[in-house]
Amino acid sequence: MGFFLETLIGGLMAGMLYSLVALGFVLIYKASGVFNFAQGAMVLFAALAMARFAEWLPVYAGITSPVVANLIAFVLAAAVMFIVAWVIEYLVLRHLVNQEGTTLLMATLGITYFLDGVGQTIFGSDIYKIDIGMPKEPLMAFQNAFEGGLMINQEDMVAAVIAAVLVAGLSLFFQKTTTGRALRAVADDHQAAQSIGIPLNRIWVIVWCVAGIVALVAGMIWGSKLGVQFSLSTVALRALPVVILGGLTSVPGAIIGGLIIGVGEKLSEVFLGPYVGGGIEIWFAYVLALGFLLIRPQGLFGEKIIDRV
Amino acid sequence: MFYRENGQFKTSYQADQQIFPIAQDRWGVLLLIAFAFLAVPLWADEYMMRAILIPFLILSLAALGVNILVGYCGQISLGSGAFMAVGAYAAFNCWVRLEGIPLLAALLIGGFFATLVGIFFGIPSLRVKGLYLSVATLAAQFFCDWAFLRINWFTNNSASGTASVANLTAFGFDVVTPLQKYIFCLSILVVFGVLAKNLVRGAIGREWMAIRDMDVAAAVIGIRPMYAKLSAFAVSSFIVGVAGALWAFVHLGSWEPAAFSVDRSFQLLFMVILGGMGSIMGSFFGAAFIVILPIAINIVLPILGSLVGVAVSTAALTHAEQIIFGALIVWFLIVEPHGLAKLWSVGKQKMRVWPFPH
Amino acid sequence: MKLRQLVLAASLVAAAATSALVSTAAYAQAKEQFFPVLPYRTGAYAPNGVPWANGYADYLKLINARDGGINGVKITFEECDTAYATDRGVECYERLKGKAQGGIFQPLSTGITFALTEKAPADKNPLITGGYGRSESSDGGVFKWNFPLQGTYWSGADIIMQFLTKKENGNLKGKKIALVYHDSPYGKEPIPLLQERAKMQGYDLQLLPVTAPGVEQKATWLQIRQSRPDYVLLWGWGVMNSAALKEAVATGYPRDKMFGVWWSAAEPDVKDVGEAAKGYSGLVVTGPGGKVIEDVKKFVHDKKQGTGPADEVGSTLYNRGLVSAALAVEGVRAAQERFGKGKVVNGDQIRWGLENLNMDDKALKKLGLDTVMKPLSTSCLDHEGSRSARMHTWDGKAWNYSSDWIEADTSIIKPLVKQFADKYAAERKLTRRTPADCQS
Repeated sequence: MGFFLETLIGGLMAGMLYSLVALGFVLIYKASGVFNFAQGAMVLFAALAMARFAEWLPVYAGITSPVVANLIAFVLAAAVMFIVAWVIEYLVLRHLVNQEGTTLLMATLGITYFLDGVGQTIFGSDIYKIDIGMPKEPLMAFQNAFEGGLMINQEDMVAAVIAAVLVAGLSLFFQKTTTGRALRAVADDHQAAQSIGIPLNRIWVIVWCVAGIVALVAGMIWGSKLGVQFSLSTVALRALPVVILGGLTSVPGAIIGGLIIGVGEKLSEVFLGPYVGGGIEIWFAYVLALGFLLIRPQGLFGEKIIDRV
Repeated sequence: MFYRENGQFKTSYQADQQIFPIAQDRWGVLLLIAFAFLAVPLWADEYMMRAILIPFLILSLAALGVNILVGYCGQISLGSGAFMAVGAYAAFNCWVRLEGIPLLAALLIGGFFATLVGIFFGIPSLRVKGLYLSVATLAAQFFCDWAFLRINWFTNNSASGTASVANLTAFGFDVVTPLQKYIFCLSILVVFGVLAKNLVRGAIGREWMAIRDMDVAAAVIGIRPMYAKLSAFAVSSFIVGVAGALWAFVHLGSWEPAAFSVDRSFQLLFMVILGGMGSIMGSFFGAAFIVILPIAINIVLPILGSLVGVAVSTAALTHAEQIIFGALIVWFLIVEPHGLAKLWSVGKQKMRVWPFPH
Repeated sequence: MKLRQLVLAASLVAAAATSALVSTAAYAQAKEQFFPVLPYRTGAYAPNGVPWANGYADYLKLINARDGGINGVKITFEECDTAYATDRGVECYERLKGKAQGGIFQPLSTGITFALTEKAPADKNPLITGGYGRSESSDGGVFKWNFPLQGTYWSGADIIMQFLTKKENGNLKGKKIALVYHDSPYGKEPIPLLQERAKMQGYDLQLLPVTAPGVEQKATWLQIRQSRPDYVLLWGWGVMNSAALKEAVATGYPRDKMFGVWWSAAEPDVKDVGEAAKGYSGLVVTGPGGKVIEDVKKFVHDKKQGTGPADEVGSTLYNRGLVSAALAVEGVRAAQERFGKGKVVNGDQIRWGLENLNMDDKALKKLGLDTVMKPLSTSCLDHEGSRSARMHTWDGKAWNYSSDWIEADTSIIKPLVKQFADKYAAERKLTRRTPADCQS
């Protein structure tokens, strides 16, 4: 029983980590109708920026305290992501207003290759460290109820809390603020939003910037967990079933979807995996998402696709 | 002035409905095929054939298959790599287990099994639409990745999990030298190209396009969505499966499941989108762009660099290749969002009215 | 819009014309031996591939700078980045093979090796797959053109098991051993040998595949926490190694019970984990640098010709790459001994040279390689040359040698090699090489 709970908790927390990445997808899709294939590359780019700035600051600016260095590196990396967002809007999105979804998807693919190349050119292709002081040792909880205690990964727990705070903040942003409403209007219909005076270009910069900062937080946490290197961008593929399960346009959906996928993955790999030789967690996540989709074809919290005949 | 239908009168329905009604088109395509069969082998060296032309031919066949599903029927598929893998491994198992089976038969049987898998993973398309459907095909992709790694029977119980073939012969001719492989792939591509073009011109193709444009309206006028969607999956997976078997047998010779990973699926989808969705010609353009351009950049950049006295390091070369490739994709999309095939048809239209502007 | 489309069409035509002008039939100059290099300096495995590639390039430069080439024949080399992808590797092979009459290819990737094994014989290019590739290719009777020098995966797995057997005072019966492996042909290679040994020694083998690239391993390590194996063997590459160590830390599995193969125990794998990976051990085939590293520093880095950063010189993967280049150079030198000293040799001659390597202590000392590698001697039927390795352990800051040299037990490996090599020959309808063929 204790081991089952450990796996369950581990799955929930892994799911939260996936949600962090999934949030970026949801944000951009929600606000501009673009499925951002470049999200993984943005996570990597942001993490690289932060890792390298944190490394260069003590050397070139003489800042010795790691906390201060990390904070400044975070701010600098966020600034870099803002610049990236602005450049993408200016060079790419502005010229592809109201094009089909698939065209925009392809454009984000071009952005992926571009970001990969530029990121590795500027920041290098080695493994870099992000050290934000996350605890690495496991925590043994409930030592009275279970023999030896339940093992809880502290780093994942902190990451889950950060993700939850981020999601709460983003939900509030979308629901309560004027900019949030404007974002939702733009997502619904570009031309209609433009006609009532919403500045499309500025909205897109804001959206991509927010998604960039979400990518930065995700990159920071995943980078702290794994080290910042090229494979970090493959985390986006693990987050894809989360996005689809939760609904492409729903921020809470990203979290709930993440929890379901995380738990499903870990439970299946640990308890079903040994019977079939192991290594099933990736496809199980997709099959699980598919199962849910057959019941609710727009994802758990997604908007119903309304077709006009 | 030259590319007009003036003076070409059709005197039978058959002539009117032929695949290339304009005589210049007919001649053009025949010349192109003759060029491909006769002139290219004379001029292309071994590297060109092995590293550029053969992959281009096989991947354009695969892009053709994906275009039928994504471009003509509107079902997003991110699992083409898996269908290629099924075709490859099914063909491999036929080759290894059935003594003396002809190469072409093995390839077609590989395609057949890919069809079965494609139909199975296409069933969710009856309920799920749009981007959400991509999860079904991604499930196929990752499941096949796992199955071919885990189930030893598929790789004839090899210790390392790789499959390999050698000494290919077709119709009494060896398929070993680059030239023979090139001719073999080209023949298969031409046959499938003609078949695909005729399919999409026919009733089934119109059904697919109706489903793509407005599936509810299509159902209202009597097109059965299940039949149309599943037939699109079937035909597409068959072509992709044969392409996968060709890729494994003719191009790689020895392969592991990673050769058909999700990167391959994305690559095929991008060929289709960039080349032009819903266009047979577009599959070829897209394949050429995505296969040949990175290699061309890789070869040309050091030459350009040496002209200006800059030595390009290996890593910088790959990064520059990625940067230029990404930038080019974005630029092409801004200039022509409907893909390279649209550019081609615009060009043709300009030729038709030349020297007049419109 | 019209102008744009015109420019677009023009650039398309220009691109087509440019690619038509690509010519690769440029042969190396007479008196220059061409070495094609297939490294990966970008992509997911770059952190591990770059030091290896730097070591390789630096050694080739050293031979030119210190010795004036191989018996006066200068070395030229060209790199083509494969990014660890099989189709890119095949394209690079095709591009570089036309530049000379035969060259030695070392792809540093089991996937690319499998693809090139099919192509290299027809093109007469020897393939050195030192420490990777097909384990059965040590049988030179079937695999004429493959050279898994310095040990295959079966040798490596055998050495680890010998080490563990000694640790347990000769008896592994009833012990639990888990293999955490990269789910690819690379990771699956040691399984037949480990299963064979499990039958012989009575230990319980648990196989835990990790889907490539191995970024998320929580489920794997939860399973390890549940089954509590006595030892964990790590068979990963790239991010999988450091991710495994980090998950081991997170689930509290003692790192000193973890043992990695030579591709899982180098600086990039533990640098990131630092102190927490203390006690983790792995195989290493190279010794400390010694004279050759000093030479590299003197003749290459001091003259600003170094391929990578100077502080990388002497690290584990750097030394591995350097030794790989040294083996290639010695193959060419041996070919020159027979076919013409001071002449450029072709692929078939190089293959003969690689089959007749005799790098004993004296020869190694002359080359300055006596501390960095063990003596190696190949023959027509044995393309492996040497099969010993030792353990080194991470102490939080550096790797320290923690065992003697252990030699793999050929009595177990040889039957396996013959079995799989015969199977390969039967599938391909090849016949074993005759003794006459061995003389050529």
